[in-house]
Amino acid sequence: MSNIKSSLYLRLEPIVLPLVNLGIALIISSLIICLIGESPQKAIEIIWKGSFGSGEGLGYTLFYSTNYIFTGLAVALAYHAGLFNIGCEGQAYVGGLGVSLVGLYLGGLPVWCVIVLGIFAGALFGAAWAAIPAYLQARKGSHIVITTIMFNFIGSALMTWFLVSVLIKPGQQAPESRAFSTHAFLPSLKGLFALLGINTGESPVNLALVIALIIAALIWILLWKTRFGYELRVSGTSQSAARYAGISPESYMFKAMLISGALAGCLGLNELMGSQHRLTLDFPAGAGFIGIAVALMGRNNPVGICFSALLFGALVQGGGELAFEMPHVSHSLVIVIQGLVILFCGALEQLLKKPLRKVFLTHV
Amino acid sequence: MILSYYTLIILLLAGTIRVATPLVLATYAGLFSERSGVVALGLEGMMLGAAFASAASSAIYGSAWIGLLIGVSTSVLIAGLLSFVCVFKQGNQVVAAIAINLTIAGLAPTLALAWFDLGNQTPSLVNPGQRFLELSLPWSSSARLHPFPGLLYSELISGHSFIVYLAATLVPLSAFILYKTRFGLRIRAVGENPYAVDTAGISVKKIRTQAVLISGVLCGVAGTYLATAAGAGFIPDMTAGKGYLALAALIFGNWRPYRALGACLLFACTDSIATRLQGVSLPMLGVIPVQFIIALPYILTVVLLAGFVARSNPPKAIGIPYDK
Repeated sequence: MSNIKSSLYLRLEPIVLPLVNLGIALIISSLIICLIGESPQKAIEIIWKGSFGSGEGLGYTLFYSTNYIFTGLAVALAYHAGLFNIGCEGQAYVGGLGVSLVGLYLGGLPVWCVIVLGIFAGALFGAAWAAIPAYLQARKGSHIVITTIMFNFIGSALMTWFLVSVLIKPGQQAPESRAFSTHAFLPSLKGLFALLGINTGESPVNLALVIALIIAALIWILLWKTRFGYELRVSGTSQSAARYAGISPESYMFKAMLISGALAGCLGLNELMGSQHRLTLDFPAGAGFIGIAVALMGRNNPVGICFSALLFGALVQGGGELAFEMPHVSHSLVIVIQGLVILFCGALEQLLKKPLRKVFLTHV
Repeated sequence: MILSYYTLIILLLAGTIRVATPLVLATYAGLFSERSGVVALGLEGMMLGAAFASAASSAIYGSAWIGLLIGVSTSVLIAGLLSFVCVFKQGNQVVAAIAINLTIAGLAPTLALAWFDLGNQTPSLVNPGQRFLELSLPWSSSARLHPFPGLLYSELISGHSFIVYLAATLVPLSAFILYKTRFGLRIRAVGENPYAVDTAGISVKKIRTQAVLISGVLCGVAGTYLATAAGAGFIPDMTAGKGYLALAALIFGNWRPYRALGACLLFACTDSIATRLQGVSLPMLGVIPVQFIIALPYILTVVLLAGFVARSNPPKAIGIPYDK
């Protein structure tokens, strides 16, 4: 009897543990809301209603989630190779340059051609931005965390320069490019949701969501159903075991970072081709860092990542509504929740693992 | 002509000192933390927390000194949390630091909005007592009349906030503690080989915690400087990556105190040149994009890390949690 209970718990642990950790993060956030002098219960209601309560809210939630699927997958893939990629923000930003160049200069081609080129350009530019840190880690042993942070700053400066000096729309003050050609507008999913009886209103949910889900499925297959994925995970788990088996961990580190950068680079599809239709200053808006929380909460599994991306999409969308409805609650509260989720799901993962196992496992 | 270049250079150097102060403090904070083997990615969060706490308390109590006290306490509290996670719970140090940086980056504006209702900021500190204003040392105004040695004294040595002088004394003091005291030796030993230190009967956890708390104090002073000396109040993201820039300076200085100081001054100098060069066309080079100068410290650090210029010798046990 007790064995059944134990094995059931072990099976459910990957789901239970992140949820418990999320619960703690939410409790602390509720305490902060209490401290501000608002009711946490009402706040949660507003977040829920804002994110899932209406078709339009749901559309926005899914739109944000799409961003986080891309960056979450990027962080997770690098993690499986034993690397912590905190450069997704920069890779996504530079990837956006690739997407924009297609949108601006190749917009005369047929729609499908432009979309496919957009995906490749975003992925290529993102991967390129990850390539130097990846090379330095694999060949010179310089720590990827440090180099990717540096590349975030370099990327941000580079993109500001591009926007201010090269791509800026003539005769305009704001650092934005001119609008993309209409062929580079990703089709809205409004019609698809209408078939399900949901009116997504003005929300920018677009084809990038479908692309993100397909890529998530492909990454799942890549990681768990191919030799490449197996060898990548071996390199990440134990470099010495990998070497003994004739696998070069350095080569997998490099490749994993390239794929990771490519995934982050696809952010521009959703944000630029899908919604803003032009290149704007600092468009990733922290999505690269949310990707860390998403990957940690989704336990670096593409299925988990899709769900945790949905959660963070809802938090960002609902958090916006919350800031609107409760003028004393800042939009930044969402960043607090993100930070706490990373703290509890990432750094303090072990803190609750043992007590929970003690409760549920009888023979430990 | 010569005089105007002379004045320009002195003003540039004075600007360098102002920009370098928080950077030096944060870099030395990182020095203590990293030399003890704890990754110093949390500098940004500690500084931002201190900037908010000092600005908020200085606005409420009307005294910059109370601001400094509360700013430093807040930063030490954050350092305590960081050392709890990284040293006592053996959590991943990089993940913990990123988590704390994000939490503070969200919490500071949230509390600012809730307490002051001025849109994510604290009230501007208008009363002289609420800020660490620039002090003028004796005779500085009369020294200004004699440009050659005088301007050097009045602009470069005099005319800075109290915290600048504090930072200037902390530099040799920190180097002394790290290299000439038993405590410093232990910090460095724990960062290189914690097992040896443990075998000698010294608690690794205690030394690492102390080092992280010291880095909390230094970041607290840095954050207070940003909000009450360089600025006049807290605005969101006012540290603007200085914690990471400090980490770059630390790497650039190869984890040695005086080299790291040199790196800070170099980075600060490029920064103050960048503000002066905006839109100025140089002979041979033309207009250098400001963004390039902003990115220069990071580019230099990457080049250094690539090993083309010099070997980088990080503390050997950095980032590895120690568990007996």
